[in-house]
Amino acid sequence: MLQNVSLRYKVPFNLSIAIVFAGVVIAAVLIWRSYDDVRDDLFHDSVGLGEAMNRLLADSLKHDDPWRAYKVLRAIHSSDDNDQRTCLLLRPDGRVYVSSNPRRYPMDARLVGLGPEGFALEALIRDRAGLTKPILVTIDGTRRPAVVFSIMDGGSTRGTLVMIYPESVFTAARDRVVRRVTMSTLVAVLVLLPVAWYVGNRTVNPLLELARRMDDLGHARVDQVQRATVDSNDEIGQLARRFNQMLDELEEKEQLERQVVVSERLAALGRVVTGVAHEINNPLGGMLNSINTHRRFGRKDDLTDRTISLLERGLHQIRDTVSALLVEARAERHGLSPADVDDVRTLVQPDAAARGVGVEWENMLFAELEVPATPVRQMLINLTLNAIQAAEEGGRVICRIAAVDGELKIRIRNDGRPISEEEMGRLFEPFTTSRSSGVGLGLWVTYQIVRQLQGEVIVTSEDGTTSFEVRLPLSIEEAA
Amino acid sequence: MGTTRAAISRRSLFLAGGSALALALTGTARAATRDRFRIGLTPVFLDNRVEFQAAWRAYLERGLGAEVTFVQRQTYREITDLVRTAQLDAAWVCGFPYVRNQEHMRLLAVPLYQGEPLYQAYLIVPSSDNETTRITDLRGRIFVFSDPDSNSGFLDPQVRLIRAGEDPEHFFARTFFAWSHRDVVMAVAEGLANGGSVDGYVWETLRRNQPELAAHTRVVGRSERYGFPPFVTPRSLPQADFALLQNLMTSMSNDPAGSELLAELNLDGFVPGDPGLFDGIRRSVRALNGS
Repeated sequence: MLQNVSLRYKVPFNLSIAIVFAGVVIAAVLIWRSYDDVRDDLFHDSVGLGEAMNRLLADSLKHDDPWRAYKVLRAIHSSDDNDQRTCLLLRPDGRVYVSSNPRRYPMDARLVGLGPEGFALEALIRDRAGLTKPILVTIDGTRRPAVVFSIMDGGSTRGTLVMIYPESVFTAARDRVVRRVTMSTLVAVLVLLPVAWYVGNRTVNPLLELARRMDDLGHARVDQVQRATVDSNDEIGQLARRFNQMLDELEEKEQLERQVVVSERLAALGRVVTGVAHEINNPLGGMLNSINTHRRFGRKDDLTDRTISLLERGLHQIRDTVSALLVEARAERHGLSPADVDDVRTLVQPDAAARGVGVEWENMLFAELEVPATPVRQMLINLTLNAIQAAEEGGRVICRIAAVDGELKIRIRNDGRPISEEEMGRLFEPFTTSRSSGVGLGLWVTYQIVRQLQGEVIVTSEDGTTSFEVRLPLSIEEAA
Repeated sequence: MGTTRAAISRRSLFLAGGSALALALTGTARAATRDRFRIGLTPVFLDNRVEFQAAWRAYLERGLGAEVTFVQRQTYREITDLVRTAQLDAAWVCGFPYVRNQEHMRLLAVPLYQGEPLYQAYLIVPSSDNETTRITDLRGRIFVFSDPDSNSGFLDPQVRLIRAGEDPEHFFARTFFAWSHRDVVMAVAEGLANGGSVDGYVWETLRRNQPELAAHTRVVGRSERYGFPPFVTPRSLPQADFALLQNLMTSMSNDPAGSELLAELNLDGFVPGDPGLFDGIRRSVRALNGS
């Protein structure tokens, strides 16, 4: 059950448990120690008193002056707040010489005759006979502590002083310590608990965030999953970093897959289109020849002329469409020169002017390049016109053409409505257009040219800027 | 009997001219042959109140025109010995040592208690003891005396036992001395002893000053009336000093300061007294010696 509880609660809770447990252990040790301390204090206080009173008590025994001894014992009896210790001065024969509580321990009485406590005490003192060292004993039955102290007079024992304490000296001291320790433990725990919760939460939060991100990954597209915050270098930080790295790789992979899908579809489409176009071109040529022959040699009447003329226009339109689909970058005599690029600028200027779009033209070419001029020009025209059309009214189009690192780089950017995800997938397919005018072959043609020149085209559309970047190798390897 | 008559005549004389004499003598304080009087005190009264003693001493010093030193010892015997050897100029002692040392001691003044120079010995038991009615009920018990030289605290109970046909040596299981009447009351009150004999005057005064202590004891017997513990001087004390002291003491009740001190002492005054007052104690001594 506990394993299903969130770490958000489990870690601080476990920390709290540890703190409370530590508090209880410390309290227990202190209480246990205090019991020993009380015993030691009791013993040492008693021995101190015994030593202080030894002379007086020895004299009173020697001179048989019980009243003097009684006064001494009374003084010890109530000398401090030790609840009242009862003091017995015993004669060497074990009888009570005098006690601080004469009603309970009368003079001359034998201990054995004084109830169970007296009986137990008598046994303890009998066991101790011959010894003079003070001892701390616990009286059987009543559990009362007692200190037995020999009254010495010049090396011989005159009597025995017994100081009996109420059990409450322990319980009172213990209660006092318990109260104090409990209070301070409670205070410490109360102070530490919020700290534990804070520390626990701090520790767990990055993990929780990571868990949320992982969870998102199951539900959303990779590129929509937020990256985890990395603010440490510990295991959690490493985990977050690995997670982010994994996200990057996943995203890259997905993008690659999308590109592969797009280019494979385009390739298949290209094969179909080429095949269909050739199949159409052959009969089309025959049909157009037949019409020519009929014009030259056939009989003429109005109806036939109009019909033939209609057929001829239709067939011409078919031929135009098919030839537009069949893009062929044939090897040419001359390569692309800076002047070719400037020509394109001149060609698109009227369209740009019509829409009020500013065209920034950066022609960085300085010499003729080894790329065929015609297809590159066509491509450049298509892309620039597209950009001018896509740009906002009064917007801006930036064209940059440069030869860098053995590549021809053409980059055309425009502001305006970005290309949607959906459009992006079918961008280069024929007859795809977002505009009312045009058949939508411009990008198809562009793509076919780039493909035939073994280059690549990268389209990005974000933050209000759409960019087409074409890279063409300057020395084309002849396709096998 | 002759001495008794003499005492009465002297007392009458004093009573007749007491006030005038006292006033006259106050002026003759300078007649003292010494500049210091050593006065012994015994626990025949509540001798443990330091402030009272200071006030009393100051009063005596004013009256005597000389320094006064109070001397206290644990036992009566020590004070008695000091008087016998004239190391004290006066002492407040019990009637028992007085009658035994009459050849060394001169009667200076006898306190007036409840209007008479007499007092009684009280037999007391713990207030929890409801059965004892006389000393012979305490056979085999623990008994506390005040001092072996005390009449009320030792002689009287001994003699009472002898008169009852008992042997005081073996009558009680155990006896001990508390060395003062106040402590006898305490020993009985706290149950250390099953009975005790105490100066009735001290017990009554304690009942007034420390009622909670006296309340723990019960008086079960009162003796005949004996001469009150007197002030004595060594026989060697010069007459001038003796007269000065005697007149000062007997006139205490005549001035407010003296009356105040007497009230503290729970006494009415002092009279010169007569040795015959102590005949009862003399009879007790004879009974004790004869036993």
